Amino acid sequence: MKRYSVFAIAREALRYHSGWEKAWRSPEPKAQYDAIVVGAGGHGLATAYYLGKNHGITNVAIIEKGWLGGGNTGRNTTIIRSNYLQDSSAAIYEKARSLYETMSQDLNYNVMFSPRGVMMLAQTHHEVRGYLRTAHANALQGIATEFITPQRVKELCPILNIDGPRYPVLGALWQPRGGTGRHDAVAWGYARACSAMGMDIIQNCEVKGVRSENGQVTGVDTTKGFIGTKKLGMVVAGHSGQLAEMAGFRLPIEAVALQALVSEPIKPCMDVVVMANTVHGYMSQSDKGEMVIGGGTDGFNNYTQRGSFHHIEETLRALVETFPIISRLKMLRQWGGIVDMTGDRSPIISKTPLGNCFINCGWGTGGFKAIPGSGWAMAELMAKGEPGPLAEAFNMWRFKEGQFIDESVAAGVAH
Amino acid sequence: MLTLECPYCGVKADETELAPGYEAHLKRFGPGSSPEEFEAYMFARKNPKGVHFERWRHAYGCGKWFLAARCTATLEVFGTYPAQVSEPPADIIKKIQARRPEWKSGWQPDGKGTK
Repeated sequence: MKRYSVFAIAREALRYHSGWEKAWRSPEPKAQYDAIVVGAGGHGLATAYYLGKNHGITNVAIIEKGWLGGGNTGRNTTIIRSNYLQDSSAAIYEKARSLYETMSQDLNYNVMFSPRGVMMLAQTHHEVRGYLRTAHANALQGIATEFITPQRVKELCPILNIDGPRYPVLGALWQPRGGTGRHDAVAWGYARACSAMGMDIIQNCEVKGVRSENGQVTGVDTTKGFIGTKKLGMVVAGHSGQLAEMAGFRLPIEAVALQALVSEPIKPCMDVVVMANTVHGYMSQSDKGEMVIGGGTDGFNNYTQRGSFHHIEETLRALVETFPIISRLKMLRQWGGIVDMTGDRSPIISKTPLGNCFINCGWGTGGFKAIPGSGWAMAELMAKGEPGPLAEAFNMWRFKEGQFIDESVAAGVAH
Repeated sequence: MLTLECPYCGVKADETELAPGYEAHLKRFGPGSSPEEFEAYMFARKNPKGVHFERWRHAYGCGKWFLAARCTATLEVFGTYPAQVSEPPADIIKKIQARRPEWKSGWQPDGKGTK
């Protein structure tokens, strides 16, 4: 892999940019690997990357049904934060956030991490109490967050209407070191680094079945034939249920559609991320100037990557109330992704009933922010066969034991 | 936009008029059941990509719960039926089989449903 640097740009500028190499190879699959990761999204690629970097396992294939980063990694609103209530969530999301800070240097790929600050508005007294509690919990967890006054909210984000007639802003949970990143670049950066370590990224290759012998996984049947492996990691978000069925077990997961949209680009008008969970919408401004907008999920199982129109209407209604300045903006693009929602709205990073088969799923509506931490924890699980401290609490048997990591209460809705 | 016909009042209701209730025909396991049975009842879900049976409530209409047979991969609706049944009625199964010949109904008497 040729390193990207200012010298590389200068060198290529002198020779008509003829010397850039492809960021990753697209090889045909080998017959056998030490480990296979299914799913070349952010989480899958991060898993493979840390398998190589932290554990020295590089005979790895990453198999992708579509194209790299074309699922939820390319469909989210790129928010990065770690202001969670429960200790186990805070630990993994904070690990992820801290890895984002050095990711560009680590991968030699600009992921445009922008720690511009994330603000979660409190618009009911219940929310005020909830966020005060979260701020105290975060202080104990060593995560820098604070509860700020409406006046401070207005200073940080002047376009925000803090005196709305329905839900005036009563304060906010502010995480100054949260922010946004370039979602595609995260996938591309990991893919380039994985490929440089000798891993095979196999796109347009759908897994059709999981083979096992004596309760141990032996490989996967794909549209490019059988590929053998000693260890299998399933990291496929919305389609986790399908893969689990191939491997012979069921998950506590429902797949539903979540939509996002962007407006036409306008001049810079907000330099923080704002989440308004009571009215249910969140918004930030991209470097191109588009307002990046997200809202709630649909309430029914859906694999079509299309959401219901009334959710867009509800989200925009909420945001026009919160930011009156956007009322005449035109919306440019709208899309949907299939998110995997667990019973307690927390992810699963776990061993499975099938030996040497591991699963990482259930990130629901908030997976992007967790990519590096999730990959770090999943790689440790796959390499050692046992979960490390980050993944331990997220095992799939917690539902039987009643040891939920209950963030659906902690986070309200947006997650 | 999803439109389901309420089998009680006959209204073709838009999804904004309905409240979703997720997987239908779950067999309830309560006190006295094993932890595995209770966990499966509470959390394990079929979540199929394809034919699915769901609970819906006509929330802004007659208020009643009913069940719907739907395809989660195409959003096609096969039919709706009243909720007082433990498995899909024969005419709904027939409608699904007419549209999805490869689909296996596989309803088990123990309430486990397909698979």
